[in-house]
Amino acid sequence: MPKDDLKTAYRLVGTRPNRPDGLDKVTGRARYGADISAPGMLHAAVVRSPHAHARIIRIDASKALALDGVKAVITRADFPTGLTGEDWNLQENTLAGDVALYDGHAVAAVAATSKLLAQDAARLVEVEYEVLPHVIDVDAAMQPDAPVIRAGTADHSVPEGMHPNVVKYIEFGHGDLEAGFAEADLVRAQSYKTEATHQGYIEPHACLGQMGADGKGEMWVCTQGQWYIRRMCSAVLGTEASQLRVTPSEIGGGFGGKTTIFMEPLALALSRKAGGRPVKLVMSRAEVLRATGPTASASMDVKMGMKVDGTITAASVNFRMQGGAFIGSSPVGEALSCALACYTVPAVFHQGYEVLANRPKAAAYRAPGSPMAAFAVESLLDEMCHELGLDPLAVRLKNAAREGAKASYGPTYNRIGLVETLEATMAHANLKVPLGPNQGRGAAAGFWFNHGGETSVSLAIGEDGTVTVSVGTPDVGGSRASLGMMTAETLGIAYESVRVNIVETGALGVNEPTHGSRATFASGLAAVEAAKQAIAQMCARAAAEWGIDAEAVEWLDGAAVPAGPNAGKFPPMSIAEIGAKMGSTGGPISGHHEVTAGGVGASFGAHVVDVEVDPETGRTTVLRYLVVQDAGRAIHPAYVEGQYQGGAVQGIGWALNEEYVYGADGRLQNAVFLDYRIPVASDLPMIDTVIVEVPNPGHPYGVRGVGETGITPPLPALANAIAAATGVRLRSLPMSPPKVLAAIKANARG
Amino acid sequence: MRFHTPKTFEQAAAIAAGASGLTRFLAGGTDVLVQLRAAIVTPDDLIDLKHIPGVKDIARTTEGGWRIGIAVSGAELGRHAGVCADWPGVVEGMQLVGSTQVQGRATLVGNLCNGSPAADSVPGMMAAGAMVSVIGPQGNRAVAVEDIPAGPSRTTLLPGEVITAIILPPRGAHGGDAYLRFIPRTEMDIAVVGVAVNLRRDGARIIEARIALGAVAPKILLVPAAAQAIIGTALDAVALAALSAAAIAASTPISDKRGTATFRKDIVGVLVQRAARIAYTRAEGASA
Repeated sequence: MPKDDLKTAYRLVGTRPNRPDGLDKVTGRARYGADISAPGMLHAAVVRSPHAHARIIRIDASKALALDGVKAVITRADFPTGLTGEDWNLQENTLAGDVALYDGHAVAAVAATSKLLAQDAARLVEVEYEVLPHVIDVDAAMQPDAPVIRAGTADHSVPEGMHPNVVKYIEFGHGDLEAGFAEADLVRAQSYKTEATHQGYIEPHACLGQMGADGKGEMWVCTQGQWYIRRMCSAVLGTEASQLRVTPSEIGGGFGGKTTIFMEPLALALSRKAGGRPVKLVMSRAEVLRATGPTASASMDVKMGMKVDGTITAASVNFRMQGGAFIGSSPVGEALSCALACYTVPAVFHQGYEVLANRPKAAAYRAPGSPMAAFAVESLLDEMCHELGLDPLAVRLKNAAREGAKASYGPTYNRIGLVETLEATMAHANLKVPLGPNQGRGAAAGFWFNHGGETSVSLAIGEDGTVTVSVGTPDVGGSRASLGMMTAETLGIAYESVRVNIVETGALGVNEPTHGSRATFASGLAAVEAAKQAIAQMCARAAAEWGIDAEAVEWLDGAAVPAGPNAGKFPPMSIAEIGAKMGSTGGPISGHHEVTAGGVGASFGAHVVDVEVDPETGRTTVLRYLVVQDAGRAIHPAYVEGQYQGGAVQGIGWALNEEYVYGADGRLQNAVFLDYRIPVASDLPMIDTVIVEVPNPGHPYGVRGVGETGITPPLPALANAIAAATGVRLRSLPMSPPKVLAAIKANARG
Repeated sequence: MRFHTPKTFEQAAAIAAGASGLTRFLAGGTDVLVQLRAAIVTPDDLIDLKHIPGVKDIARTTEGGWRIGIAVSGAELGRHAGVCADWPGVVEGMQLVGSTQVQGRATLVGNLCNGSPAADSVPGMMAAGAMVSVIGPQGNRAVAVEDIPAGPSRTTLLPGEVITAIILPPRGAHGGDAYLRFIPRTEMDIAVVGVAVNLRRDGARIIEARIALGAVAPKILLVPAAAQAIIGTALDAVALAALSAAAIAASTPISDKRGTATFRKDIVGVLVQRAARIAYTRAEGASA
């Protein structure tokens, strides 16, 4: 495998030091969202709709307010009116207005002196509903007789004559599609469905909010993005963003689901109504599953043309996705863009529809849209390869997107590592393991763009020469370690001499959340620039002391040194020496960099899974699992491997058992982890990983984002493996035992 | 809510008999406390039985069986060499309940009295022919485990009655039992179907059998017709087919979030054969 085409050896980058948050987490000292308390604190509870779709006729909180210790009850009447666009969506989702749009939609909230009291009071809030017809399934929501969820939501893109639940239409492509299909030796079209799945983070949403009548506020919250919390809460409450200070807690997982708000404005609004007392609001798991963002469910058609040698001549996709009852929440655009991104195909055409349904407002979930698209495209590709007797991985390599190629979604690829990834996959020992009866092997490729985004980082030299880095991207996957390593590498000091803090909104300029696999990439890029600024200052301080030009000083191994013999003979001046006297040599030394980071490098991956399917029960056991993915460069390989494994595991859960089970009444039936079946540790083998490193030229250490691509190949890889094991092709997720067994039986009947 | 810590079963029964509202007994608490926290069941009187002497004991009965205290946890049961040797099917059913942490608290009696049609430990007890001793306002009585479940979340116990122990019969010679459940995952799940088989052999021939099915009816079923299908056979292909057919015929499952009725019928037919084979093999290895 081409380990590193930059041929640079690093002291720290690529090593595996201890994680900086390890001791706090194993000793229970880390402070998560629900761990934050304040004097005089109240506890909140939320009243939620038991109906999938219902008009709110009346809310009577008098019995709740009569309880001793209940300090405030809020409804939508306590919020400003006149919001538009996504701000209105956020407000409406925070607290229903005229109509409850899904089972679990918040309709009122209570603050009281204890959590039990708040919960009792919430049960005493009387809400009168007029139940309306509802729709859950994306295809059903497009049918002429489907109940209209909100007329007038659709934007101008939607073709005339479509159901009002269809709110957005996207199409794009290039090349002559019909000519491409005509040129093919085999043309196949199939339809696929994926269920909504939840991010399943271990930590439920939790916050502590305080706001006075003057609109000044504080919030401590479990989030991937404190500035998003600030902006969204301020918009929903009609307050000024800079008057709200938001401090992120340690975070027990987000996976995209904590890049938005669900209940945070309720804590602030309750506090404001309760005279400014701080209000803690912690969701239960059932509330998380009923009322926070899963990803979208999808219904998809794919058509592909292939020559007998495996060349893909043309492909078209038509995707329908529901992301709940709000426009703009489904990732249909991303799904379309990712669908064919792995391949260079002369003619492609994409069509996508966003559809409203009476389900929770979808949030980002790890490579939003890409896993569903991959399920459809990579399943069909696999079927066609088998029909033509071709090796599916070799066909992927033959058609693989390369540097300089025009991507299916428009831009031209810079340096990318799909070819290297596929070659490493095909060379892996797992592919040579012989398979037994009822066992099958499946492979798939996957893609995610990655993201740069608004980024602001500060760095300060301490008086003992140690370094503090302040970043705005919460650490969901090891970014404190990777940022500390890159900073220490740049400064030439020990990793342990750098502390990376995730800071509150008052401490830096606006940062986007940790989303788009951007924290190590974008905050890393900014931290390196900030370190270079500090180095320049430290060189200048040394130059002034030595009485030589600043240009005659360079930075080497954590110290200022004369640049060559002509600069004079001075002993190295270490960062500790410079820090110790910086007060008298010109004042504090720091670095700061802010940027909307470009230069992002896409990450491609390939997965190979071996399964055994019990032909009598339809139960799938994952025997072995391989993830190969281009990291650009792995700053801390153990964390990169963890990201690869985590993405694979979430994808396995999505493929095999996770689903939202709704009753005929539109209520969610499985709002607990007992019945929302994410994989447990014993379900899985150790996930094998191979880190391919094709450095991203847009980052000083070659970093690509690594967090998201890993969830993209598992869905089709599992479907392809199950097809190989059973001879039965499943085109609808989850591939749960009842569905697999039914398919096996139907196949046996012929 | 009133919390009671009686020191005898007589006191516990008297408290329960005198209570007018919703009453729950607390042994391991792995169902009661979860239901309390989720506001599914908020008892008016909660009677903690763990302060009664002997509730954590496992003892030989004079007949050669086992008397298992009502607060013996799954983890304790699983480390008891005698019970494990005699009744591996009962033990393996109990050990499938919950997580490692839950195993430190969860009990056989709690699993029985929770009344779930999917309770993992109950089919094994039924197949074994276990009895429970009951104390109550009408005095003491012994009840077969299969007579306790009355339907989802309901038992036949009368107000004021409390179970004081589980009695497993003597294992005897050439017997074996087994429990299998189907879940889509490997743990931390609820049985979609559960099957317990207990049998005794005379050489290759099965001379006694009891078969219980879980999660295929409103309550866990003892199915004599399934037992009859294998008694007198050497568990050959014809007997196994008859066994599946009898189990499927006895099943009246529902479709719910955990599985469809069709799937449950398919699976009960598969699992009953697999459990029977395990029990048959265990019986071969078993001596007196």
